[in-house]
Amino acid sequence: MTWLQDHLGDVLGLTVRHIYLAGVPLILGLLIALPLGWLARRFRGLYPILIVGTSLLYTIPSLALFIMLPFLLGTQILDPTNVIVAMTIYTVALLVRTVADGLGAVPEAVNQSATAMGYKRGRRFMSVELPLAVPVISAGLRVAAVSNVSIVSVAALIGVAQLGSLFTDGFNRAFMEPIIVGVISCVLLALLFDGVIIGVTRLATPWQRAGKASS
Amino acid sequence: MKRTRIALAVTAAAALFGVAACGSGSSDPLAAGGSAGKVSSGSIVVGSANFPESALLAEIYAGALSAKGVKVDKKLNIGSRETYIPALKDGSIDLIPEYTGVLDQYFNKNAKTTTSDDVYAELKAAVPATLTVLNKSAAEDKDAVVVTKGTAAKFSLKSIADLGPQAKNLTLGGPPEWKTRPTGVPGLKRVYNLDFKTFRPLDVGGPLSVQALKNGQVDAVNLFTTDPSIADNGFVILDDPKSLFAAQNVVPLITKSKVTPTISAALDAISAKLDTATLGQLVKEVVVDKKDPAVVAKEFLAKNNLG
Amino acid sequence: MINRIFAWLTDGAHWQGSEGILRRLVEHLGYSLTAVIIAALIAIPLGLYIGHTGRGRVFVVNLAGAARAIPSLGLLFIAVLWLGPKFSGDIAFLAPAGLVLVVLAIPPILSGAYAGVEGVEPDARDAARGMGMRGPEVLRHVELPCALPLIMSGIRSATLQVIATATIAAVVGLGGLGRFLIDGLAVRDTPQTASGALLVALLALAVDMVLALVQRFVVSRGLTGRYRTVQTFDSDAGVTPPAPALQHSA
Repeated sequence: MTWLQDHLGDVLGLTVRHIYLAGVPLILGLLIALPLGWLARRFRGLYPILIVGTSLLYTIPSLALFIMLPFLLGTQILDPTNVIVAMTIYTVALLVRTVADGLGAVPEAVNQSATAMGYKRGRRFMSVELPLAVPVISAGLRVAAVSNVSIVSVAALIGVAQLGSLFTDGFNRAFMEPIIVGVISCVLLALLFDGVIIGVTRLATPWQRAGKASS
Repeated sequence: MKRTRIALAVTAAAALFGVAACGSGSSDPLAAGGSAGKVSSGSIVVGSANFPESALLAEIYAGALSAKGVKVDKKLNIGSRETYIPALKDGSIDLIPEYTGVLDQYFNKNAKTTTSDDVYAELKAAVPATLTVLNKSAAEDKDAVVVTKGTAAKFSLKSIADLGPQAKNLTLGGPPEWKTRPTGVPGLKRVYNLDFKTFRPLDVGGPLSVQALKNGQVDAVNLFTTDPSIADNGFVILDDPKSLFAAQNVVPLITKSKVTPTISAALDAISAKLDTATLGQLVKEVVVDKKDPAVVAKEFLAKNNLG
Repeated sequence: MINRIFAWLTDGAHWQGSEGILRRLVEHLGYSLTAVIIAALIAIPLGLYIGHTGRGRVFVVNLAGAARAIPSLGLLFIAVLWLGPKFSGDIAFLAPAGLVLVVLAIPPILSGAYAGVEGVEPDARDAARGMGMRGPEVLRHVELPCALPLIMSGIRSATLQVIATATIAAVVGLGGLGRFLIDGLAVRDTPQTASGALLVALLALAVDMVLALVQRFVVSRGLTGRYRTVQTFDSDAGVTPPAPALQHSA
């Protein structure tokens, strides 16, 4: 693969931009989805509204959102912020339901014991419900991460440089190598994100490992 | 105990993205391009349209400017003219390689001129107040309606006008923007009175268009005159006697406030050295030989003592 | 902006003709449904087999995850560059895009079929064997019906993905609703792009609702417990698989 050898620097540069465009929305999306998911659990009536609303957002084609955001946000046309906002919207759409379901999977008995022990609502959320919901939320986050890496590549059609640019450049010249390198890089990047999230989840849920060790 | 672990985990994740953000922010316009107008004077953002020749010309401009000490950022493969002119106007890019005829028709709905100098003069008058064009080059790359040798023989086609009686049975292919552009389908109707059976949106003179013509999905297709696949496949360029596609000299379109003596000198020097044959050869190296546009640009500049 | 989109959508001329909304809608549905059906014909039997016999499960579990990571735009371009020149006629456009759509639809359905069969209650399988059923009969009478909720979930997920990817396929000359997006992008006709986006979103929702109805009818009531008046557990966490049913890759 001489093309890759000659262009390693370029590919790495594009990969870093891709990490930024796919990763920042993951964090932002999670931070926004957490309170929304909690609201969906707390106020039963909100659950269907939020779920349906976010599902609707998710069906908007990514390309369209990238194109329309400069109008809606007043940003410059080539501003990568457009991509970040669009990806955050998709991440939130994906995660709200996961967060709500994750919090819902916490056994009611545990919540009640916490209350009985004197935990106020806020502390109970941070110390009991959220940690126990981490496995489910992390599963959703992994799906979101992989999905984000793939969707961001479409932004090459509006001129935002990232790994997807290898696709458009390659296609315009009928040149397979950059496209193949781009596809493999995207898959590897998605696996990387997946691995990092799994690792972070393991760090955050020591009781799952302790349970296995003691049994 | 558990809180420190969670804190550790969050910090690790944040660190990863922090590195990515910093890495991308410093090394390219991910941060710089976004903040409007904060790039320092003497630095310039070069854009290009979404086809290889445009990217090549942008690389040539960028290389020459870098050689003269100007800080250059590149944003290549943005899209069609309708997409990057607004980007030029809102400051996302400052400079882009263009073609006199179509640019004139874009700014001036009543463009009438067809010869090289006339078109250039009309363009200079039509360009909006915040933009300007520098010297034009002798190098020309025009839109063309192209058919296969077989089709040309079958219907005795030499010019676009000859398509007249046959058009209603033929399929025309071209970039999606051709459906509404004044030089596209409406233009063929207006100037040559052609009503094609269907118009097939493909790509911008790229592999899709070449393939569609070669394999018969379209009978005529829009390609650029510098496209090496025309010669490679024995395609026939139909003459344009009524000059629907006026003169198309390569010209730099630049934001007026970004013009400095260094920049205009460097770009004018390129325009002086570029001609159609050279441009065709350079495009061939990028598209057929699959050489990197940046490398081809560098070689051109070195050969002409411009970089 | 909303006004312009509304104006674009209500303009009668945009609905008729060979490039009108109706035609593009039908094309889009055609591409999507064909791809999902072909994918289902491949993936369901394969998933049932793998789930039933337990062979190749490591492969399946990893495949679904890795396949979700493949960028559809890149795959489309590769398919077009590789297959396009081999055909003449419209097949040159349909075959590469169709192949990519099928390839993208297979993992969710395969995954659903496999997980569905795997997740069948061991008691049910035992009872079936106790009743004298042999392997294939157990599969047909017990495992398949029990696996249906997850199979349907996989099909719905695959359909959404295919509808989204078929939108992008307009870049390589395909028809469908994606044409409004790509053609609008080319001339910066944002009402056209936005209208196209809205239509795709509505199509996806409509198709998902239809599939949900199909799921209602096809899945045995014994599984959904809909004849029961008392729920004994929190069904949200129970039946829904942890990975969200929706997927996007374009």
